[in-house]
Amino acid sequence: MLEGLLIGLQTAMSFQNLAMVIAGCLIGTFIGMLPGLGPMSIIAIMIPVAISMGDPSAALILLAGVYYGAIFGGSTSSILLNAPGVAGTVASSFDGYPMARQGKAGKALTIAAIASFAGGTIGAILLMVFAPALSSVALLFHSAEYFALMVVGLSAIAAFAGTGQVAKAMIMTLLGLIMATVGEGALFNLPRFTMGIMDLQSGFGFITLAMAMFALPEALFLVLKPKNLQDDDGEIKDLRITKAEAKAIAPVIGRQSLQGFFIGVLPGAGATIASFLGYAVERNIAPKHEQDEFGKGSIKGLAAPESANNAACTGSFVPLLTLGIPGSGTTAILLGALIALNVSPGPRLMIDEPQIFWAVIMSMFIGNLVLLILNLPLIPYIAKVLSVPRNFLIPFILFFTLMGAYIGQNNATELLLLVGFGICATVLKFADYPLAPLLIGFILGGMMEDNFSRSMQLYDGIAFIWERPLTLALLVVAALLVVLPSYRARRAKARAAGVAEGD
Amino acid sequence: MALDRWIALVLLGICMAYGYTAWFTMDGSLAPFIRRNPVWPSTFPKVLSILGIIASLIILFGIEKSEPKPAEIDYRRLHEYHLGQALLLLALMVTYALCLRPLGFIFSTSAFLFLGSFTLGERRWHFMLPVALIATCVVWYLVQEVLGIYMRPLPGFIIGG
Repeated sequence: MLEGLLIGLQTAMSFQNLAMVIAGCLIGTFIGMLPGLGPMSIIAIMIPVAISMGDPSAALILLAGVYYGAIFGGSTSSILLNAPGVAGTVASSFDGYPMARQGKAGKALTIAAIASFAGGTIGAILLMVFAPALSSVALLFHSAEYFALMVVGLSAIAAFAGTGQVAKAMIMTLLGLIMATVGEGALFNLPRFTMGIMDLQSGFGFITLAMAMFALPEALFLVLKPKNLQDDDGEIKDLRITKAEAKAIAPVIGRQSLQGFFIGVLPGAGATIASFLGYAVERNIAPKHEQDEFGKGSIKGLAAPESANNAACTGSFVPLLTLGIPGSGTTAILLGALIALNVSPGPRLMIDEPQIFWAVIMSMFIGNLVLLILNLPLIPYIAKVLSVPRNFLIPFILFFTLMGAYIGQNNATELLLLVGFGICATVLKFADYPLAPLLIGFILGGMMEDNFSRSMQLYDGIAFIWERPLTLALLVVAALLVVLPSYRARRAKARAAGVAEGD
Repeated sequence: MALDRWIALVLLGICMAYGYTAWFTMDGSLAPFIRRNPVWPSTFPKVLSILGIIASLIILFGIEKSEPKPAEIDYRRLHEYHLGQALLLLALMVTYALCLRPLGFIFSTSAFLFLGSFTLGERRWHFMLPVALIATCVVWYLVQEVLGIYMRPLPGFIIGG
């Protein structure tokens, strides 16, 4: 392994390749900030450039830089403007945006950068050590287990349900799932629930919904009730994290890097589920007084999805490099790029062309490191976005939400849908319905139905639930994740009541 | 009745309409070979509609106890906030959506940004116009030239498309 590492290091450390990684990170960060352009589209756009370079290692290094840059850029827009452009960064806005509202935008970005860096680096180390062994684990997961895993992901809704809010969170999740069924369905591609409208044939766009649920209501609230996003002096305070905070988030980052990586290894599960699950798990195991902080600007709630997200992105390289199976949209595009460069990933990659394998891993390390070094000094300037006068900031936020929806679908109807859903979301927000579960349901709905249908077909019924022990175990975990918080709350209440009676 | 229960009533209606489609109308057009399948396109929606109806009934009848907490904006006194501005901005967004294709990207976007800040009470013309124009051109250049996503820059009747 040491020899391999040295090969990779040698390839990656040339001047040209370092310039590549820096350029990639910068391009990725800046384009990634635009909602609607996630890592997948940016990598797709960069592929012609990468292929024309001819050298597979250099191309991969450039693409890795772009990839990590884009993920970080996506987190930036969800933290600063509550406008997540990628499904994987939705969970980062739950706690990142409240932090930015409290004037801690700089700190939130710093935590995001550090958590991403740690997640990516730990992921790369795990990839290096476990890649060959994990490829067989990835194959153990059948569609039944994927279905169960999505159910576990949905149990993240428990994390949003405060006392007396469980039914509301549930109905929002169901609404998200219902919206995911609009359009051509999982089976036989029959159009469903389109009401005969052609523009609904392909379903609702993710970006449209994400913008309508998060960014638009937030902007409308800012219009309705003006308040300064930043303190008057425009200083970005609290840039550094204190020692106590570092101590608090370190175990979170460690746990979520591991968990995120192993979820990322499963083809199809990916960064989105990893980030939601990371958030839900951290919330459930946090002590009671910290649990209340989640959703109101908890540093743990920001660090967890950020590190899980990045570790899962790294994990998704395991099936790609060892089996040649792309586990996510992004790795599918990378697979295309590799094949165009005359490299075919698969079991023989490590034997035939070890320098490529190691160059990929080294490029991950370097991409992460360069991103951290480049972005930490840039954070005060990025956070300055919030000190743009409100009269200009709000039209721009609205414009970017519209742009994101338009670029994704190239369809003006999508913009009308965006405004319509935005109004509905604002009304729901007035009535204190949580909006995040709707989006989670929508994102996971399609995948969940696909896998559910597939396992129904394989087992000719719902027997897969008890015939596959792993599925059953995952479903039990999901049930526990939902039940445990309310049980804990009830017990705490009972105990409090007991004390009161004792007086 | 409080707003959240009105919403639950609306959601109940949506779930029932959805459930009606899933249970009664959408299976009619299925091909015979699909009918032999253990799972139909309507299977998942059927389950969802039932769960949705149960959940909205729980909220509607207030079975689950919840303590009201102070909302960020009290919708009962909505007129005390800047409601006019918000509605104007929404109307502006709809207009933008309708104008984007016929009038071209550059005109619609600069007009949107300009009118948006105007609506919010900005009156420094020498500041608003350049900001709107420069931002529009930068975004158009990025999207069209750098990313290669086509946007019609000028009104249709000028470039004749």
